[in-house]
Amino acid sequence: MELRSNAPSGPIETAWDRHRFDMKLVNPANKRKFSVLVVGTGLAGASASATMAELGYNVKAFCYQDSPRRAHSIAAQGGINAAKNYQGDGDSVYRLFYDTVKGGDFRSRERNVYRLAQVSVNIIDQAVAQGVPFARDYGGLLDNRSFGGAQVSRTFYARGQTGQQLLLGAYQALQRQINAGTVEMNTRSEMMDLIVVDGRARGIIVRNMVTGELETHMADAVVLASGGYGNVFYLSTNAMGCNVMAAWRAHRRGALFANPCYTQIHPTCIPVSGEHQSKLTLMSESLRNDGRVWVPKNEEDCQKDPSSIPESDRDYYLERKYPAFGNLVPRDIASRSAKEACDEGRGVGPEVGGNRLGVFLDFKDAINRLGEDAISARYGNLFEMYERITDESPYKTPMRIYPAIHYTMGGLWVDYNLQSNIPGLFVIGEANFSDHGANRLGASALMQGLADGYFVLPSTIGNYFGSEGADIKRVDVSADSDAAKEAKNAVNERVDKLMSIKGDRSPDSFHRELGKICWDHCGMARNREGLTEAIGQIQNLRDEFWQNLRVLGDRDTLNQSLEKAGRVADFLEFGELMVRDALDREESCGGHFREEHRTEEGEAKRNDENYAYVAAWEFNGAGETPTLHKEVLDFEYVKLTQRSYK
Amino acid sequence: MNQVVHNKLKKGMKITLHIWRQKSAKSAGDFEKYIVENVSPDSSFLEMLDQLNEELSESGREPVTFDHDCREGICGSCGMVVNGVPHGPKARTTTCQLHMREYHDGAELWIEPWRATAFPVLKDLLVDRSSFDRIISAGGYVSVNTGSPRDANETPVAKVNADLAFDAATCIGCGACVAACPNASAMLFTSAKVTHLGLLPQGQAERKERALNMVNQMESEGFGGCTNHGECEAACPKGIRLDFIARMNRDFISASIG
Amino acid sequence: MSAQQLSFYQTTLGKKVVMAISGVILIGFVIGHMAGNLQIFLGADKLDAYAEFLHSMPAVLWGARIVLITAVFAHFWSAFSLWKQNKAARPRGYAKQVSRATTYAARTMRWGGVIVLLFIIYHLLHLTVGAPVSGYEIVHGKVFNNVVTGFSNPAIAGFYIIAQVCLGLHLYHGVWSLMQTLGLNHDKYNDTRRKVATSVSLLITVGNISIPVAVLAGLLSNT
Repeated sequence: MELRSNAPSGPIETAWDRHRFDMKLVNPANKRKFSVLVVGTGLAGASASATMAELGYNVKAFCYQDSPRRAHSIAAQGGINAAKNYQGDGDSVYRLFYDTVKGGDFRSRERNVYRLAQVSVNIIDQAVAQGVPFARDYGGLLDNRSFGGAQVSRTFYARGQTGQQLLLGAYQALQRQINAGTVEMNTRSEMMDLIVVDGRARGIIVRNMVTGELETHMADAVVLASGGYGNVFYLSTNAMGCNVMAAWRAHRRGALFANPCYTQIHPTCIPVSGEHQSKLTLMSESLRNDGRVWVPKNEEDCQKDPSSIPESDRDYYLERKYPAFGNLVPRDIASRSAKEACDEGRGVGPEVGGNRLGVFLDFKDAINRLGEDAISARYGNLFEMYERITDESPYKTPMRIYPAIHYTMGGLWVDYNLQSNIPGLFVIGEANFSDHGANRLGASALMQGLADGYFVLPSTIGNYFGSEGADIKRVDVSADSDAAKEAKNAVNERVDKLMSIKGDRSPDSFHRELGKICWDHCGMARNREGLTEAIGQIQNLRDEFWQNLRVLGDRDTLNQSLEKAGRVADFLEFGELMVRDALDREESCGGHFREEHRTEEGEAKRNDENYAYVAAWEFNGAGETPTLHKEVLDFEYVKLTQRSYK
Repeated sequence: MNQVVHNKLKKGMKITLHIWRQKSAKSAGDFEKYIVENVSPDSSFLEMLDQLNEELSESGREPVTFDHDCREGICGSCGMVVNGVPHGPKARTTTCQLHMREYHDGAELWIEPWRATAFPVLKDLLVDRSSFDRIISAGGYVSVNTGSPRDANETPVAKVNADLAFDAATCIGCGACVAACPNASAMLFTSAKVTHLGLLPQGQAERKERALNMVNQMESEGFGGCTNHGECEAACPKGIRLDFIARMNRDFISASIG
Repeated sequence: MSAQQLSFYQTTLGKKVVMAISGVILIGFVIGHMAGNLQIFLGADKLDAYAEFLHSMPAVLWGARIVLITAVFAHFWSAFSLWKQNKAARPRGYAKQVSRATTYAARTMRWGGVIVLLFIIYHLLHLTVGAPVSGYEIVHGKVFNNVVTGFSNPAIAGFYIIAQVCLGLHLYHGVWSLMQTLGLNHDKYNDTRRKVATSVSLLITVGNISIPVAVLAGLLSNT
C-alpha cells in the first residue's frame, strides 16, 4: 500500500488556496442528495456537522453523551492560538507554522500545518461572530496572552474555560441546524462498527445506549470526530467516557492507525491521592510562570512538612538542569524530570502503591515578591480548584503536582483532505494523527479541531462527492445490504459474548490493570525491555478479559457496565498496537522518549535519517502482528534541528 | 496543614446510603439501602459511588447507574440530589468535585435523581435532559453561517458587557437549577443563554425573537414557573445569577408587547 | 417535546406578568387606602368628611371598584393556575426537602395570599353588612365610630393585626418579586430592589396596624 498525502505541491503559502480552487464543487441543488454521518460532537464534530448542514448536506450526528454540549473539548482551559498578530509583536502565519512544526519535533506534515496556521485566523472571526465571549481589554478589543513558552502573544482565551466557550459556540451552531431539520442528532449513541461497501465507508452500526438496540445508519460518507485514546492509560485528564472504539473499529475495517505511540503528558496535574482515584485533574500550565518546582535533596525529608525543609536541602531541579528556561521548559521535559526525581525516591505527598508520586510547585517566592493579592488575581480560580480537591491551600503550603496523560497526537491516518485510506471515511480533530507531529503545543488542540471542522473538511468532503459522486451513488446501499447485515451481526455477537462470559472481574478492574501496564512501560519513558514485556502482559490480560469478565444487567437496557466492557475490550487491542509502535520507533521524539536514545546530557535524541516518517499500521487480525506502512516526511521549509532548552 | 499529620488523620469512613433505584423510565422506583466502608475522605463523591458499584458488581448485584463524564466540574453530566440538595452541600461545586471529607464518618445520605416532569428518570439516578437542548435549539444561538465573518476586532465590545456575558455563558447545563427549584422551573438555565447573547453586539439582531422562542420552548417542555425563591442560584455550581432572569423577563415582555 | 406556539397568558411568565401588574394596582390601592384611613388620627370629622367626599363621586368610586375587583380576580386566578402548573412540573418531591435561599415570606406566599383574601372578604362584610359578621351595627356615615367600635373588640382588632402581618410578608416577597418579573433590573440598582420591598411592606404593615393598636391602647375612642 502506498501512502499518498495528496498535498498540493508548489509554494506552501498558496497551496491551500490552489487546492481549494482545484477541488470539484457540488451543485447547491445536489448537496442535499448527499448524506454524511458524523461520530462525535466535540469541537471538530459539532463544527463539521453544523457547517456541512449549512452547506446543504444531510447530516446525522452521534454522541455517547446525553447532549452534544458535553464532549470533552469542553474541559480545555488555556486558550486557542491564532496568527492574528493583534498585538503587533511579530507573529505571522509563517511563524505559527514554524513553531508548530518545530514544537512537533519534526514529525508532522508541513503542508497540513501551514494550512492550520492559515485558517487559524478565520476561527477567531467565526467564534466571535457566534458570540464566544473571549477576554477583552478595556478598549473592548480582544486580549491575547503568551502560552506554553511561545515568544509571541497569540493565544485567545476565555478565562480558564476557553474550550467550554468554543464548544458551546459550535454546539449552538449545531443546535440551530437541528432546529432547521438539516441535522438529525442521536445522543446516547455509541458507534460499534464501520460498514464498508465496495471499498468505501458507507455506514455505521450504533448502539442506542438507552434501549440497547443496534441501529444501522447508511450514508455517502462517514466522519469520525471521536477524540483521542488517552484513556488507554486508565488515569488521564480525559473524561471517563472517552474511548478508542470508533477509531479502533474503523482500523479493524482497514483504516490505518498512525503514530499511536505519540502521547502527550502534561506536567502539571494534581497527583493521585489513593487507590480510589478515577481520573486526574489538570492544573493550567500557566502556573509554572510563577511557581518554582522542587523536591527535597534527601529522601528522608520527603515526609516532612515542606516549610521545615531549609533552602539548602531543596533541589530546584528544573532551574538546576535547564538554567535558560528553568521552570518554563516544554511539557515533555518538565514531565520527565518530575518522573526522574520521583524514581530516585524523592517524590512527595501520600504514598500510593509504594511510591510517592508528586513534586512541589511552590509559590512562596512569588507571593513574597508580588503579594498574595497579585497571585490570587492570576491564579485564584486554580488555587481554589486545587484546594477543593486536595484540601490544602497553595497560599500556605506548596502545591503538589505530577504529570498525567493529557492528549494523544497519534490517530487514524489521513491525507491532506483528512480522508483515511478508506475512501469516504474522513477523520478530524484529535482522532486523526495529522498536525501535531510527536508533540502538541499548548493552545493548539482547539485550533486544530475547529480548523478541521469549520474550514477544511466541509471543503474536502465536497471534493469527494464532486469528483466521485457518480461512483458512490452507483452502489445502492441499504440497511439490508450484505455488508450492513454482516456488520450488525458481528456487533450483535460481540455484545452477546461480552454478556455471556459471566466471570469474576468487572470491566473497570481490567481497565485499571491495562492502564498500569501502559503507564509503567509506555508512559513518560520507554525502553525495549519494558515495551516487550508490556506486549506479553497486555496479551495475557486480554485473554483473561475474554474468559473472566463479568457484566451485570441486561443488554437491552441502559447498561453502563456493558458500555464500559466494550470500550475496555478495544483498549486491550489498541494498547498492544501503541506499545508495538513505541517499540518500533528507535528514537526519541516529542512525547515519545526511548531511554536508549538520548544525548549525552540525557535529552531526547531524534533519528531523522531512519525515522522521519509517519508510522501507519494496518490491522491483520486480533493478536496478529500488524503491518507497518511508512509515509516519508519532507521538510522543505523548516530545517531539521535538535531542540535545546539548556 | 502539616503533611504528615494530615496523612495520619485520613482513615476510612463508613457511609450509609439510601439510593434511588429505578429500572427504567416506565417502572416505579424506590430507595435501597447500602453501606460502604473504608471510604477515603480524599475520594470524590462519585469515586465513593464507584467503590459501591465495584462492591455491588463483585457480589453479583447490578451497579447504580448515574451520568458522569469529565469529573472536573465542567461537562455538566453529573448531578444528583444528596440529602435534598442538588450536587450536595458544598457551594459552587458539582457532584464530581464534591469530596467525601465534606461528610463525617458514619454519615447517612439520601441520594436521588433530579426530579422534574421535564427531566424523566431513565434509570436510577440518570435523567433525560434533552429538554435543555431543545430550548437552545429554539433560539440559543447567533444565526451566522461558517464563512467569512468580519474581522473579530472590527466590533469592540465594552469590557463590562463582555465580562457579564461570560459570567452568563459559564452555565454547564447540568440542571441543578431545575432540581433545586420548588417548581422545577428552567428559568435560570434559559435566562443564562438569553443574557449571554443579549449582552453582545453579535446577538442583537435576534434578541427579541430569541427570548420569545426560547421561553416558548421552555414552557412547552413542562417546566414550572418562577416564584423568585432563589433556590436555583444557591444550587448553581457556576454561580449563574438570579438577575439574569430579570433580564430575560424584560426581553420577553418587550418582545411580547411589540 | 415540540413546542406549541403559546399565547402570552399561556406561559408561566405571562401569568407572572399579570400577577405583577395586578399586584402593582393593589399595592397602589393599599397605600392610598391606608393614607385615607390614617386620617382617623385627625379626628372623627375629618375621616367622616373624607368618606362622604368619596361617596360624592359614584362614577370614580365604581370605576375604582371595578378595577380593583378585576385586579384581585386576575391576581388570584393567575396564582391558582400557576400553582397547578408548578405542581405538575414536579409531581414527586424529594425524600429530604431542604431550602437554602427561600425566605419565610416567599415560602408562605400562597397561604399568606389566601389569608389576605379571606381577610378582604371579612373586611368588606364587616363594614357593610355589619352585625351578622361582627356582632354590632354599622351606622352609615359614621365611619370613625364604626371603626373604633369594631377595634375595641380585641378579637376583631387581633384578626386585623394578624392579617396585616400576613399582608406585610406577602408584600415583602411580592414587591421584590414583581420587580424581578417585570425585568426592573440594573446592576447599579439591584441592591436597592430589596430595600424598596422592605420599606413598602414595613410602611403598609406599620401604618395599618397603628389604627387597631391605637384603639386598643385607648388613644382613639368614641366621642
